[in-house]
Amino acid sequence: MNKKTILACAGLLGVALSGVAGAADVHTRTLASTCLSCHGPGGKSQGAIPSLAGLEKDYFVKAMQEFKAGTRAASIMKRHANGYTDAEIEAMAAYFAGLKK
Amino acid sequence: MTLNRRDFLKISGAGAAAAALSGCATQGASSGRAHVVVVGAGFGGATCAKYIRQWGPNVDVTLIEPNDKFVSCPTSNWVLGGIRTMDDITHGYDNLPKHGIKMVKDYVTGIDAAKRVVTTRGGASIGYDRLVLAPGIEILTDTVKGFKEAEAAGKVVHAWKAGPQTALLRKQLEAMPDGGTFVMSVPATPYRCPPGPYERACMVAHYFKQAKPKSKIILLDGNPDIVSKKGLFMDAWNTLYPGMIDYRPNNAPLAVDAGRMLVTTEFDDVKGDVLNVVPRQRAGAVTALAGARNDSAGNWCTVNLATFESTTVPNVHVIGDSVASNLPKSGHMATNHAKVCAAAIVELLAGRQPDPIPVVANTCYSATSGTTSGYVANVYRYEAGKGYVSAPEGGATAKGDELNFAYNESWAKNIWAEVLN
Repeated sequence: MNKKTILACAGLLGVALSGVAGAADVHTRTLASTCLSCHGPGGKSQGAIPSLAGLEKDYFVKAMQEFKAGTRAASIMKRHANGYTDAEIEAMAAYFAGLKK
Repeated sequence: MTLNRRDFLKISGAGAAAAALSGCATQGASSGRAHVVVVGAGFGGATCAKYIRQWGPNVDVTLIEPNDKFVSCPTSNWVLGGIRTMDDITHGYDNLPKHGIKMVKDYVTGIDAAKRVVTTRGGASIGYDRLVLAPGIEILTDTVKGFKEAEAAGKVVHAWKAGPQTALLRKQLEAMPDGGTFVMSVPATPYRCPPGPYERACMVAHYFKQAKPKSKIILLDGNPDIVSKKGLFMDAWNTLYPGMIDYRPNNAPLAVDAGRMLVTTEFDDVKGDVLNVVPRQRAGAVTALAGARNDSAGNWCTVNLATFESTTVPNVHVIGDSVASNLPKSGHMATNHAKVCAAAIVELLAGRQPDPIPVVANTCYSATSGTTSGYVANVYRYEAGKGYVSAPEGGATAKGDELNFAYNESWAKNIWAEVLN
């Protein structure tokens, strides 16, 4: 099998092969992708909305938890942050930390 | 599967690429590479095609779309308000083939769900393992007497699909004299883009305030109240455009007369200089070809909301505005349907169980002037037996502001890139 074939086969087995996001599970990968409708493809934003790609994991978790608690100034993000479990926030943080800036 | 693969290769000429990857073909749900056909390259369809390729690099994807360009409904009201041009909201499909998506410019005329074959006006027969229908809405032009004729004559448009009608409505507004009246109707729910009619009233008011300050807007709502972001819009109408907007609930249009420039409701004949009638809607016609327009009234498509597969037509998925659900019919929501559907299709084709508890979110900004916007946002979590349940703390802003206008602009750029780049 050449390299291309191996990559294609691994893809079939559900391993995230972008090389930047690690082996995120399907739930996390899909969840994280829904954020990109606002934050831009690959987590890279144009304009006022912040980029998510390459954010430090702890920073992301802290920000989301503060949005949730209402202790961080927010426009729309309090609405969103309250929709996710603590485990999902941790998993998304790891996912976005793995995306190239 | 042989048929699907052969048909795909016939139209794509991708034989060499497919052969190079055939080493793992036996691990799929069937022998050979799986083929997904997506119909409609709007917010939902283009996103779904892109993510199937990203998450299932061994899956071939054909995307069928009759239009040359993507024209965004979100921010098309801004063209009416004169703060954007048609060029600003029009984008090409040039980047989609880079994801390995086979683009076919054609119009689907038949679907054989038993044989799993799509036929097109151009004469192509394309087999599929899974089919995704993302046609958006069909406007029920027959539900308002006289509308079809008025529309055909170019006198009255709905402009509820962004494109030539958006440009024509803008021209009509530009040609209207100061002191004129703009009459717009709002269809009864469910319809595409719940806050859209009220944003449109804001945008036209913004234009009138600057260019034609003696003009009026009459909003004939087929619903008993403002459907979405009521606080935001009421605040804008009262503070930014006092006395300009005459809002009339429970006033569905029954007929339109382009000769006399009248909209008739149950109560009144309403005269205007520019008439913008938005009739009721249903799922795009292509869903009926598949037998998937299957709710009790035959208007919308009921699906398994964890996979977006039709509840009655196996291997056919429906996403976006055509779906019958409690989720709002927005472009943003269509991209989220698309991602959940793409993930499910990749898992199903590989013989695995899809995520049983997907989560989607809606984010919808509306401009209230040329510099202010507000939003509504909700997260929805899927629960077996219940469908999507709205998470706590969702809701809308009470007042438009400049920060949210900046986010609104950024959102549009990012979602267009997410769908098309």
